[in-house]
Amino acid sequence: MTASVSTPVPAVRCTGLHYAFGHVTAVDGLDLSVAPGEVFGLLGPNGAGKTTTMRAITTLLPVPPGAVEVFGHDAARQKMAVRRLLGYVPQQLSADGTLTGRENVALFARVFDAPRRERPARVAQALEAVGLADVAGRLVATYSGGMVRRLELAQALVSAPRLMILDEPTVGLDPIARDSVWDRINRIRAGTGMTVLVTTHSMEEADRRCDRVALMHRGRIRALGTPEELKSALVTHRREAGGEDTGPPTLEDVFRHYAGSGLDEPGADEQRGEFRDVRRTRRTASRVG
Amino acid sequence: MSAAPAAPPPASADATAPSEQPFALLLTPPRPRGGWRVIPARTWAMCAVELQKLRHDRTELYTRAVQPALWLLIFGETFTRIRAIPTGNVPYLDYLAPGIIAQSAMFIAIFYGIMIIWERDSGVLTKLLVTPTPRAALVTGKAFAAGLKALIQAVVVIALAAVLGVALSWNPLKLLGVVVVVLLGSAFFSCLSMSIAGIVLTRDRLMGIGQAITMPLFFGSNALYPVAVMPTWLKVVSMANPLSYEVDALRGLLIGTPAHLAVDFAVLTFAALLGIAAAASLLGRLAR
Repeated sequence: MTASVSTPVPAVRCTGLHYAFGHVTAVDGLDLSVAPGEVFGLLGPNGAGKTTTMRAITTLLPVPPGAVEVFGHDAARQKMAVRRLLGYVPQQLSADGTLTGRENVALFARVFDAPRRERPARVAQALEAVGLADVAGRLVATYSGGMVRRLELAQALVSAPRLMILDEPTVGLDPIARDSVWDRINRIRAGTGMTVLVTTHSMEEADRRCDRVALMHRGRIRALGTPEELKSALVTHRREAGGEDTGPPTLEDVFRHYAGSGLDEPGADEQRGEFRDVRRTRRTASRVG
Repeated sequence: MSAAPAAPPPASADATAPSEQPFALLLTPPRPRGGWRVIPARTWAMCAVELQKLRHDRTELYTRAVQPALWLLIFGETFTRIRAIPTGNVPYLDYLAPGIIAQSAMFIAIFYGIMIIWERDSGVLTKLLVTPTPRAALVTGKAFAAGLKALIQAVVVIALAAVLGVALSWNPLKLLGVVVVVLLGSAFFSCLSMSIAGIVLTRDRLMGIGQAITMPLFFGSNALYPVAVMPTWLKVVSMANPLSYEVDALRGLLIGTPAHLAVDFAVLTFAALLGIAAAASLLGRLAR
């Protein structure tokens, strides 16, 4: 009881979150708590339920009251309050190509009620923060993939969100653009203390960038902790199992350990197919490339 | 390809950038606007974006002006000569012009469902749905933008009709009435289209349905011929068709034919509100 007073309100709390599309259960009793200020990675194979979880947190899915809270606001009952706290970058390159970079950001300043006098400065600062000030007057259709991603960060940043939600933010980007995106995120985080919730397929990226990660598989969390904790747990596990020493494990080994077995069976994940998921990734990749 | 190099060199710039001062505004969220001002403010924001797009690329406006012009020039001129359609003492071209305004407005509006599905696929819509913007405001903004595009069409048709010698009213009050009628009609048809988009969810299905309903809506109205010459069943269709009320009002305002303006405005207002409510409640389905 007394402990709860000193514990800060979690940035995200999911309690027994369950979501099904028809007969197919996408998220199956998920419990999750993201601490304010951390970079939390949600990892898992295609169809593990990561994107569904993200959509539940962003109020896009109808979830029952009490299942999802963002900084103490219920995602079912206080949708507007939750949305005010969010910056969201979806997996697709979602900036509007038929507008300029500045107009794209200005729209988000408007819909978060930035006052007219303050708006140009706010938009300029967001563009400056992602290094796009020089090209802000150009149509986004002329931007490269990495630039579009950074523009989307600016769109999300302009409302000073407390929780930034990034769905596969670096998919299809070359290593330099990828680092550039993360450098911007971290620089802004240093200034604002915002929380980052990110999904990624890249274990290397999760290892380098996340304070804590959760491995999702078939709608549930199978492992949770810092990348170091997960890796050393795998070492212990291997030692107990008496297997030969294959050197220090990577996060990818941890991923294979928890999710790999399920991928071989033609189980529910395969049937779900996540065709849409794959198609979207390909489309994003082709736009980036 | 040239992602990072195209921007100022990230690494070196980061190191030398002054720490927090340039991003002071990004530390505090804007104060939420309260109460009744949210919907009009958001509606205007959505509409402003559409106008910005039009400013960058006016091709759509030009190409869309071709069809109504052809209707007036070819269909209108021909049928005026044939005198096949009884329009009393009003020349057929005069009779047709308001019908073409309503028709081109409807064709623009019906396209909005496809646009909203495109925005869903590209992630633009999903992102907007995560902002503190009521669904109704999003939809109304789109509907209003459809109306503005339709008004630009109306100006083209009216100008062309004037050149062709149609006796139009230039009474400013009546022209204001024309503006309102076109806005309401476009709002209804764009919301109808967005509602269907919210039900069928894919572009292919919507294209099919869009094709299937626009022609019956057009021909099942008084846009081309008076209700009096229709068979009874078609009269019933025309009675239930908001396009007929839009045409009736436009005809009354522009060329002074007897019209039921009060009923027309009432029906169009009700239809527009109903459309907004339906589209707003179905919009969320697109993001699931």
